[in-house]
Amino acid sequence: MDATSPIAAAAPRPPRPLHRFAHPGRFLRASGRVLPWLAAAALAVLAVGLAWALAFSPPDWQQGETVRIMYVHVPMAWLAMGGYLALALASAAALVWRHPLADLFARELSPAGAVVTALCLATGSLWGKPMWGTWWVWDARLTSVLVLFFLWLGHAALVRAFDEPERGARAGAILALIGVVNLPIVKFSVDWWNTLHQPASVTRLGAPALHVDILYPLLVCALGFALAFAAVVLARTRAAVMERRIRALELARARREERGAAP
Amino acid sequence: MTRKRRRLYVLLLCALGLGSATALTLTAFRDNLVFFRSPSDVVAEPPPPARAFRLGGLVETGSVERATGPDGRPTVRFRVTDGAHAIPVAYSGVLPDLFREGQGVVTLGHLGADGVFRASEVLARHDETYMPPEVAEALKRAGHWNPAQGGAPPAAGWNTLDPARAAPARSGGS
Repeated sequence: MDATSPIAAAAPRPPRPLHRFAHPGRFLRASGRVLPWLAAAALAVLAVGLAWALAFSPPDWQQGETVRIMYVHVPMAWLAMGGYLALALASAAALVWRHPLADLFARELSPAGAVVTALCLATGSLWGKPMWGTWWVWDARLTSVLVLFFLWLGHAALVRAFDEPERGARAGAILALIGVVNLPIVKFSVDWWNTLHQPASVTRLGAPALHVDILYPLLVCALGFALAFAAVVLARTRAAVMERRIRALELARARREERGAAP
Repeated sequence: MTRKRRRLYVLLLCALGLGSATALTLTAFRDNLVFFRSPSDVVAEPPPPARAFRLGGLVETGSVERATGPDGRPTVRFRVTDGAHAIPVAYSGVLPDLFREGQGVVTLGHLGADGVFRASEVLARHDETYMPPEVAEALKRAGHWNPAQGGAPPAAGWNTLDPARAAPARSGGS
């Protein structure tokens, strides 16, 4: 790493930080310690955030109480996109560095990503009917998020469609990386084309166009849902690692028994 | 090590190719992927008669006339403007709750020979600002904003405004 220091160059290379957690046993130990705290933090933040958002924050001046759908809709939209970015990074790590955990992480991430994207679409539809006057329109934002949902579903199905998990993981990683072109389209669709969906309120140049009494509960809810999402994905990945271990152990035992039975 | 590096380069090359292909496609579609057309678009390039399209813009202030049609359904006439041009719209049916003067709308219909757009559907298009009713009231009282005239003033002027104290002196700008 540090080419200027002769000592660092002479010493044996320390393990790369990425690879330290690639070891499944080490991952299981570390994640087992983190998971209860992550889950507890998610519950605590969500309890505070949802109570604040649904009961104690003011209504909007023109949308009234309906604006409270935002406190679920917007975190789900951010998670759908942020989660997909994580899927793409894991897929790149799996393709380039053959990171063994990255495949499992991607495999366990996509069903959770499909769920949050579906929730984003469903809450958006429920919000659109009273405010816009329609459940659904084929504008650029709504359509690109629907494409994102299909990418999540397609990835979840593709990695499970092969008899050999390695081939499924590789096909899924390629699909995930191709699908990443959709992310900037989702984000900037409301700026590039005219859409029924309004432009971004929080992540825009200049001040957020939400009053702080609405913005702060939204940010707390977003943090809470993000922690919960991370906890679910971590728990799924742990389960997948253990499952793979059990399968390897059973396979080894079956082989031993076969060898023992043979004359 | 070198195989990993090669895989990384292949991946980056693929990303570059895919990225530029997408960028080119999107640039080509830029003008076609519109959900609605503005009054200026329609004036500059009138669509063929009886062709249905979506007309979007703001409801012009003072242009809304409500009546009850011969069949007892509410009818409404208003003008959709983008500042430069305005097109009269006739619609009969139930309007969305957010419909008002100064609000964004997207209407689906066709342009009649008399220049009136006959809408079969009117959707409200709200902006990206969210504020409590008290803050909106304070801004209106202080004369910083008339919702019928257009969008809210720059967000930095009101997004930390305390409605209990309602100090309009803070809402600089506008």
